[in-house]
Amino acid sequence: MNGLLILLIIVLLGVAAWQLSKIFSLTQIGTAKDDSAIATDKDNNINGYLMFAFVAFIYIFTIYSFVKWGSFVLDTPASLHGKDVDRLMNISMAIIFFVQTFTQFLLHYFAFKYRGKEGQKALYFADNNKLEAIWTIIPVIVLAVLILYGLYTWNQIMYVNEDEEVINIELYAKQFGWEARYSGEDNTLGKANVRYIKDVNTLGVDMADPASQDDKVVGEIHLPVGKKIHFRMRSQDVLHSAYMPHFRAQMNCVPGMVTEFAFVPTLTTEDMRGTAMMMKKVDGINKIRAKKSQALLAEGKPALEPYKFDYLLLCNKICGASHYNMQLKIIVESEADYKKWLKEQKTLSVVIKEANAPKVDPAANPADAKVVVDTTKMLAQVVGKN
Amino acid sequence: MSHDHGHHKDTFITKYIFSIDHKMIAKQYLISGLLMGIIGVVLSLFFRMQLAWPEQSFEIFKIFLGEKMAPGGVMRNDIYLALVTIHGTIMVFFVLTAGLSGTFSNLLIPLQIGARDMASGFMNMLSFWMFFVSCIVMIASLFVESGPASAGWTIYPPLSAIEEAIPGSGMGMTLWLVSMAIFIASSLMGSLNYIVTVINLRTEGMTMTRLPLTVWAFFVTAIIGVISFPVLFSAALLLIFDRSFGTSFYLSDIFIKGEVLHYQGGSPVLFEHLFWFLGHPEVYIVLLPALGITSEVIATNSRKPIFGYRAMIASIIAIAFLSTIVWGHHMFISGMNPFLGSVFTFTTLLIAIPSAVKAFNYITTLWKGNLQLNPGMLFSIGLVSTFITGGLTGIILGDSTLDINVHDTYFVVAHFHLVMGISALYGFFAGVYHWFPRMFGRMMNKTQGYIHFWVTAVCAYGVFFPMHFIGMAGLPRRYYTNSNFPLFDELADTNVLITVFALVGSAFQLVFFWNFFYSIFRGKKAPMNPWRSNTLEWTAPVEHMHGNWPGEIPAVHRWPYDYSKPGHDEDFVPQNVPMKDGEVELHH
Repeated sequence: MNGLLILLIIVLLGVAAWQLSKIFSLTQIGTAKDDSAIATDKDNNINGYLMFAFVAFIYIFTIYSFVKWGSFVLDTPASLHGKDVDRLMNISMAIIFFVQTFTQFLLHYFAFKYRGKEGQKALYFADNNKLEAIWTIIPVIVLAVLILYGLYTWNQIMYVNEDEEVINIELYAKQFGWEARYSGEDNTLGKANVRYIKDVNTLGVDMADPASQDDKVVGEIHLPVGKKIHFRMRSQDVLHSAYMPHFRAQMNCVPGMVTEFAFVPTLTTEDMRGTAMMMKKVDGINKIRAKKSQALLAEGKPALEPYKFDYLLLCNKICGASHYNMQLKIIVESEADYKKWLKEQKTLSVVIKEANAPKVDPAANPADAKVVVDTTKMLAQVVGKN
Repeated sequence: MSHDHGHHKDTFITKYIFSIDHKMIAKQYLISGLLMGIIGVVLSLFFRMQLAWPEQSFEIFKIFLGEKMAPGGVMRNDIYLALVTIHGTIMVFFVLTAGLSGTFSNLLIPLQIGARDMASGFMNMLSFWMFFVSCIVMIASLFVESGPASAGWTIYPPLSAIEEAIPGSGMGMTLWLVSMAIFIASSLMGSLNYIVTVINLRTEGMTMTRLPLTVWAFFVTAIIGVISFPVLFSAALLLIFDRSFGTSFYLSDIFIKGEVLHYQGGSPVLFEHLFWFLGHPEVYIVLLPALGITSEVIATNSRKPIFGYRAMIASIIAIAFLSTIVWGHHMFISGMNPFLGSVFTFTTLLIAIPSAVKAFNYITTLWKGNLQLNPGMLFSIGLVSTFITGGLTGIILGDSTLDINVHDTYFVVAHFHLVMGISALYGFFAGVYHWFPRMFGRMMNKTQGYIHFWVTAVCAYGVFFPMHFIGMAGLPRRYYTNSNFPLFDELADTNVLITVFALVGSAFQLVFFWNFFYSIFRGKKAPMNPWRSNTLEWTAPVEHMHGNWPGEIPAVHRWPYDYSKPGHDEDFVPQNVPMKDGEVELHH
């Protein structure tokens, strides 16, 4: 299939090259003797018209892109500050599109309009301070507005008011997965360092710290809607980036330091699933998946699961071979549901106690040890193969 | 520089290999840059194929990547990252820095300012050969057992520092660092030479305000290079220390493969600061020479003075100055203090002002001109077009608030490829088409040039325009495949389209290569001044000779942009033509 596709592309390329050279040579008929390597009036004419066609191409391609791919763009922010981000984005985009449309037109239209002709004399026009002032001052004003608006929003987002009531959650990154730590009853995260990592204490929480006792480590994030969540990010190995596109939130996870980002989720997972935009998107995706499933079934492979929308935490900083598969589900729910879920989670101190509890069957011990050795060996083999 | 340069008897070795003649060194840079360009582009096609048709088997991977990198013809996921890394490194440093600047600074600075050669011919030769060695080391890194460097062209530690994190951070990364250290030394020698030459060796009458804008651009570029490259050198040196001697400049609290490493107290954020202190000016090191070339080509082919000569110089200097104080916009979400983010947003968005001035000046130069649409001119106009399209999205990425959500997505990939990749490449092509007669004494075929331009122009938009949309969908860059996220399933077709455009666009570069190499040997013999240009390089004989001019160096009497000046019969007045009685220099 691929070989065929590549062959097809090569054939099409050949045809295109042949046709293009034919067009160019055909247009030279009137001046058959002209084999100059410098543009003639004829060349100026053709390329002038092509310049005009090119600005049309840019416009049409832009419109096509919006119609065809406009729905890809993240819509309906799921966080409080996301609305401000999107508003600023829309304003910037509007300015960009205006400038793009206008300047591309001028550039290509002039290239067409003033294409060289025998006897045409160019205007000796070297300088004009008024014009220079105009296109210095207008960008200055526009950018001043954008900068001020941008900085205002940035300050709103990035500085967390210390007195505000927040829920403290730690996002913990490692090759290639995420974990999260909830701060428990005291709403304070216990101290942690990779040097404390041991067995089930995978985040290196310092269990000597009283604040650590009620911390809960989980493999799925639940957030109550409408509450400010203060994330603190850590990484145990390389740089990662905690990217939550639907919440317009992102912050790098840096080994050796704690970074922060806070936001208020405003739409529960169910709310988001119910928006018209998302229903349409999921519908489209499921159509694609159904088609793929048919192909898979034909090959005797299992079909794909139908897609259901969930908020995601993705890694967005190159972090190693499996960087492309480092994700965690985020569930936004009502405060009651959130509290219920959190209650069900065991605190880290309990988890550690259970893990260290003496085994009931003494005969199992040597067997356990053996199993451990075996897994290490197997791991080593797997690593070696990679 | 003495006049007896022309009397040396050249052997093959001194003429073509260890040449100290700037024109020959320029050609050496050009050919090496083009060859590196082929490698860089082919690598990108490989990973584009993986993105369009994920984890499928390709015969071509079996041949070029081999069983180890692509078992059964399916590209391995860490090799994908290696290809991305080496593609970026080669294109940014080896093609668009050394290839572009090395070729045209060397060729044009002495010829356009009226000098017999560079200030130090020997250092110039050394600069090229160190560049050549760095190319060899970089290419060699593709063949090491554990694979080439795979931490991205930005080589952020700890990923680049710890072999356990990714195999490419072993021997591959060591060679990468060695290659770049040699490259930086080469680049510094080149830059110092350019600066000294421009300051000291201008011919009689060639004041700074009579310099062609090309020379201004090369001059300022060299200054930025001298300021910023040493910082990358220090960054690389400290990284070498962390990697090999157990220091902790960038590393702290690392637990990997079940073990705690001894590093403590370092910070990767420090590396990011040092890297981008070069990394951002680097963008302008790539772009300014292309803009300089464009200024010259547009003015000559419009048969009009470049509009706002002094504003152009001012904006080059403004861009250069600002470029050294904006690096933090790559780090808005790195964990640095948000206040710093505010400062960098402010300085970054300021760059839009001199950029806008440049764009409008180019457009005004076209207005009421008599445009000779030669291939070089088409690429120059194309540059202005992609510079605008790519530059405008910089307003979004430079705004810290908006950067939060598009940082490291395909939106960024679209932005920088258009504004510095494609634009600089167009500048490169414009320069090659325009100065080919000066370099090889022959003309390139214009029809093939036209085909090359129009297909490239369409494909460049075809590749990078859709990337804005998949970026705004939240698709991160440097993902081996998107198939692990059902959310991104709808983007698959777009990825195929992008790859097809990339394949077609790249295939048509063969037209250029054919045209280039064929014309070196078989092209039409070039007249002395084919584009009827004003600058001094066209007053020197076509034949290769040391010292550039057989007799006296011409003296300069006017600025380089007296095109279609009233009171003259021809539509160009070369710089060495004395002023007529009562004629005034109008641009002052």
